[in-house]
Amino acid sequence: MAQTPTGIEGVLLDERTIISVTELTRVCGVSIEQVRLMVGEGMLHPRGGARPEQWRFSGLEVRRARRALRLQHDLELDLPGTALALDLLDEIERLRRRLRFLEQQFGGGHEAE
Amino acid sequence: MEYKDYYKILGVARDAKPDDIKRAYRKLARKYHPDVSKEPDAETRFKEVNEANEVLKDPEKRAQYDALGTGWHAGDEFRPPPGAGAHRREYEFSPEEAAQFSDFFSSIFGGLGGMGAGSRDGMGGFGGARDDFRRRRGSDQSARIQISIEDAYHGATRQLRLDVPEIDAEGRITTRTRTLSVRIPAGVTEGQQIRLAGQSGAGLGGEPGDLYLEVEFAPHPIYRCEGRDIHLKLPIAAWEAALGATVPVPTLGGTVSLKIPANSQSNQRLRLKGRGLPGKTSGDAFVQLEIVNPPANSDDTRAAFKELSARFAAFNPRAKLGV
Repeated sequence: MAQTPTGIEGVLLDERTIISVTELTRVCGVSIEQVRLMVGEGMLHPRGGARPEQWRFSGLEVRRARRALRLQHDLELDLPGTALALDLLDEIERLRRRLRFLEQQFGGGHEAE
Repeated sequence: MEYKDYYKILGVARDAKPDDIKRAYRKLARKYHPDVSKEPDAETRFKEVNEANEVLKDPEKRAQYDALGTGWHAGDEFRPPPGAGAHRREYEFSPEEAAQFSDFFSSIFGGLGGMGAGSRDGMGGFGGARDDFRRRRGSDQSARIQISIEDAYHGATRQLRLDVPEIDAEGRITTRTRTLSVRIPAGVTEGQQIRLAGQSGAGLGGEPGDLYLEVEFAPHPIYRCEGRDIHLKLPIAAWEAALGATVPVPTLGGTVSLKIPANSQSNQRLRLKGRGLPGKTSGDAFVQLEIVNPPANSDDTRAAFKELSARFAAFNPRAKLGV
């Protein structure tokens, strides 16, 4: 069995990656209706037109959508609860990163004599 | 295989009521959910908690488990008692579900069902069943990958070892280590994900799922990253700060010259536009000045500092502190 394919190129899910609603449903394994509900709840912010087939999602939204689906499935959260959890997790992540940055910036303190 | 004490895992008594079990499960599921928890073994604990709940929430499975007796302790070497098969009920699980359960679980409740015939409840999504193809498709897999800030700037290729479940010739689920060579695109930032379609390797009885790599940066001796911006401290001599100077600064793209304005102070920040990580909008490099004194360890150098002290007799560096 081939074990080591060389140099697999992945897709970086950043703001430069733009995907359609069809691709999002395929990647996340959900229906358009579920995406519509997440958009309606303000969890996902597509660009493009008002109709789902005109929606364009950034790569960052793929991560958000997948996380939302895991949370709502695993913890049996409802939509508003999932939306709140997502926002809080984003905020915690931002603060953790900021904290780590500041800790590195200032280094360990030294005791004065 | 090891005996698992499902009551202990959920932290409930053997005679716990369904409500107690549900409450304990919910609490632990929130605590160890891999998206929420920062505990290093969160994923393992979360699986364990789910497995315990799978058994204890279902009266039939719970009775079957209880029938093993109370003489067992967690970690005891366990062999399914002969004869237990007589009134034993086998359940059917989809390959993705079966891959999540321990050998201990499978020895009591059975493992793989007919291809793709999952029988688990609780799969409801946002008011609707999940798409059917979701079950036929292997589950997605996530992994973290640590790279240096230089790799993020230039792009790199990294070897990655992953444990993936596989069905062996006898239809059992085993684990295989798979080595992947992955291209990291230039301009990734911390926390971003790279999606490798069809690379989860967990295509048990169907199309393989996707592999998601979450990028982490290894600590760097010089640079700190914040999004696409990079920050560094730049040591300068007191006279460079006082008189102004043009000094070399390391950046990810190579050394550049930076003009320090006269009368600069420690902690002042200078921005080198576009010298951070590349992207749609490239990040900037922020240089924080740090005045460093040379050691006064000879008569000559001490004399120089004394001279300075005499010339700045009126200077009180602590004036702002009122002392």
